[in-house]
Amino acid sequence: MAKKRIVTATINGREEEFLCQPRQTLLEILRNTLNLTGAKEGCSNGNCGACSVIIDGRAVNSCMILGVEAEGANIETIEGLAPGDGLDPLQQAFLENAALQCGICTPGYIMSAKAFLDENPNPTEEEIRFSMAGNLCRCTGYDKIVRAIQQAAETRAEQSASCAKETV
Amino acid sequence: MATIDEVKAAEGSDEAPKYKVIGTRPIRHDGADKVTGRALYGADIKIKGMIFGAILRSPHAHANIKSIDTSKAEALPGVRAVATSADLPEPGDKIAELGEGAVVLNHLSSNNLARTKVLYKGHAVAAVAADNLHIAQEAASLIEVEYEVLPPVMDVLKAMSSDAPVLNPDVRTEEASTGEKGDKPTNVAKHIVFEKGDIEKGFADAKYVVEREFRTSTVHQGYIEPHVATVLWNNDGQITVWTPTQGTFSVRSQMAELLHVPLARVKVVPAEIGGGFGGKISVYLAPAAAVLSRKAGVPVQIVMDRADVLQATGPTPGSFIRIKMGVDADGRLTAAEAWMAYEAGGYPGSPIGAGAMCVFSCYDIPNGRVEGYDVCVNKPRTNAYRAPGATNAAFATETVVDELCEKLGMEPVEFRLLNASKEGTRRIDGVTYPRVGLVETLEAIKNSDHYKTPLTGKNQGRGIGSGFWFNAGLKSAVTVTVNTDGSVSLLEGSTDIGGSRTGIAMQFAEAMGLAAEDIKPAVVDTDSVGYTDVTGGSRVTYATGWAAYEAAQDLKRQIVARAAELWDVDPAQVSYEDGHVIGPDKSVCFKEIAMELSTTGEPLIARGVSNHNEPGGAFGTHLVDVEVDPDTGKVDILRYTAAQDCGTAIHPAYVEGQIQGGAVQGIGWGLNEEYWYDETGSMRNANFLDYRIPTCYDLPMIDAIIVEVPNPGHPYGVRGVGEVPIVPPPAALEAAIYDAVGVRLYELPMSPPRVLHELLKKES
Repeated sequence: MAKKRIVTATINGREEEFLCQPRQTLLEILRNTLNLTGAKEGCSNGNCGACSVIIDGRAVNSCMILGVEAEGANIETIEGLAPGDGLDPLQQAFLENAALQCGICTPGYIMSAKAFLDENPNPTEEEIRFSMAGNLCRCTGYDKIVRAIQQAAETRAEQSASCAKETV
Repeated sequence: MATIDEVKAAEGSDEAPKYKVIGTRPIRHDGADKVTGRALYGADIKIKGMIFGAILRSPHAHANIKSIDTSKAEALPGVRAVATSADLPEPGDKIAELGEGAVVLNHLSSNNLARTKVLYKGHAVAAVAADNLHIAQEAASLIEVEYEVLPPVMDVLKAMSSDAPVLNPDVRTEEASTGEKGDKPTNVAKHIVFEKGDIEKGFADAKYVVEREFRTSTVHQGYIEPHVATVLWNNDGQITVWTPTQGTFSVRSQMAELLHVPLARVKVVPAEIGGGFGGKISVYLAPAAAVLSRKAGVPVQIVMDRADVLQATGPTPGSFIRIKMGVDADGRLTAAEAWMAYEAGGYPGSPIGAGAMCVFSCYDIPNGRVEGYDVCVNKPRTNAYRAPGATNAAFATETVVDELCEKLGMEPVEFRLLNASKEGTRRIDGVTYPRVGLVETLEAIKNSDHYKTPLTGKNQGRGIGSGFWFNAGLKSAVTVTVNTDGSVSLLEGSTDIGGSRTGIAMQFAEAMGLAAEDIKPAVVDTDSVGYTDVTGGSRVTYATGWAAYEAAQDLKRQIVARAAELWDVDPAQVSYEDGHVIGPDKSVCFKEIAMELSTTGEPLIARGVSNHNEPGGAFGTHLVDVEVDPDTGKVDILRYTAAQDCGTAIHPAYVEGQIQGGAVQGIGWGLNEEYWYDETGSMRNANFLDYRIPTCYDLPMIDAIIVEVPNPGHPYGVRGVGEVPIVPPPAALEAAIYDAVGVRLYELPMSPPRVLHELLKKES
């Protein structure tokens, strides 16, 4: 068995150090070593998006990255998304729009949508559908997910507008 | 996209809505856990001291097992236990009812760990538990199995021929009507016949008769969460199973039967479940995990990977169907005949029975005959998938109906309105419908903006299809405890696969005159609530909701009695109305009485049960616009509207979600999804890239029209919702493709190569 390495990464704003075999995926490290089980394993080969996390601002399938590759990375997972009180606009919008049924794809969907809205704050329906196609949902038929992302985009725009006002 | 009350409110009606809680859209009780990643699904469960299992699976589709040598695996450092079928007791030929289909125990046991034969590629042969998954997988690969490879039979018609290799030497053809069995080993496990009227006269009376043959491919439920089981066989012999399942009580009885232990020694704890659609009822991993745990003395967790899920769990059958239907000059159906063969997979048990009952379920037909066959082939043993058996059948029937409409020059909606099943219609299998809402769904589609907007583009077309599902009743139990602050804890045994705990809490709240938020619903283990059948058959909101309603009646009776005692008045002078206890001279709200009773007597606990079997069938009608790319054969969906009779929509947002999600699974089935087998019987697309379920980029919004024809057999008029919407899409798409480019497709999926093939054939 190959020797374990020590890897240091920032996870949800906190510096974490973990031991990692070279063959372990980042998803395995998150779920089994760090007990961050919000990222789900649906396919283990990058097809379903249930394991999506944000690394250095980009949504990635954590099953497609080795733990050792995370050295020095800034990783955001679903566990770090909600502010101390209440929920992130995306989380709130998913609930208000009934955009989940079984909920297994939801953490991955929300993290992918967050990275997408950070880059494209005012997307069209077509852009949402194109950019979210890597996240599979088998329950909802996507209608309510797309609407939730649209609503979250609006809420985020309102929040940043009121933020800007306060700074002025 | 709205209920009757929501429409009235939007139109400014001051008529009071019928209900206060039912028909509203509260945030689901488990919502925060599910959007923060806190909810614990099957693979998130971690039990102290747990080790990990892996399964060795057959590389062959059909083979005899000559020998299994596990010595090398056992010798690998870190391996704690190895199991084969020799570790499972001899199960016998008893039949176990799983909740949505039955199985012979001998077959269920052999499906978990193969005994003398492997019957499909991926069939479990042995299991290993080790300190970590990587060691377990390595050890599994060290197990040596000697196989005698046999020719596989992959096609349902070939499997029925007398010279086909026989999969199960114990299978005989059972005549469904008499229970009599044949005397020769065969792949045909069951033969069903339903008849009504005089079929020859019916066809003689017809002006037009259309007869067609159809094939549909094996497809999978495609839930995103793979199967998982974590099992502890404790030192006192008590077995605990943590697993995402549609039926904790079903898993309990399967475990007790397969392991030969008393029922009371098995406790099943439901994990949150990441999709099921019928596929998470049968056990696949838990028996092996239990044996490994007994040997290792610690809990064992086994998780499937995606390839295992596709190759070795229970997809829904591929099928061959021949349909013949006749109409008179006025467009009335005179006769219909179906011949249907469904692939059961390795062991008997396809949903041919349901398929045969559903095949003409949307139509009032005076003369009919349906013949069905359950046939073993070298594919994984099929299991329920959302309206099991009905989608295959509807694709065939509705396509023939579309051709009849063309011959008659009749609008498909008008044809269906003329021939639709309604109250009093007797189905060919003998059932007579109570009040049902097919006509109302047709009218809803006819009145929709979608229907009224003409389609004009090149290569564009419109199609319509209807579908039916029975829905189930069965047993449910609910227990409630009143807390001192006036909130109510509600325990139920129906695992919540799509928000049902809120739908059940809402029915309880409605009955008590409380708010949905006052109720704290929880899905608990098999030791903590009364027996509850599976989450399947679209039964939970109907049946467990009814149990919650009964729990409310029990609670109200107790509150009235206790209040009368407290106030020292005759109980006849006390009543409970709209969240208040009303006595001769006072009215006290629920919260106050809860607090008062908590200090003046025993705890307030109530219970409700249900076991009703008049669930009332449900119907849906779908309308779809497509555009076909003539160069590639690819079908794009431009617009989609689905109308469904839901009885009463308890939580309209989740009702819409069921309709939308079911429609999209039907779209995937219609356009893309299929098991690709090579000549050795090996599935070549066992991953989500090649077994391609619809993505959000493949779809438009799905307009869901909620039609409410209350079910007279339920206190709130609920009908099951979940299964109907998968039924119409393939047929509606077929009609739309024909309307767009003039080619008929008689095989599913209607994937680009097949559509292109038909287009090229037409051109030449």
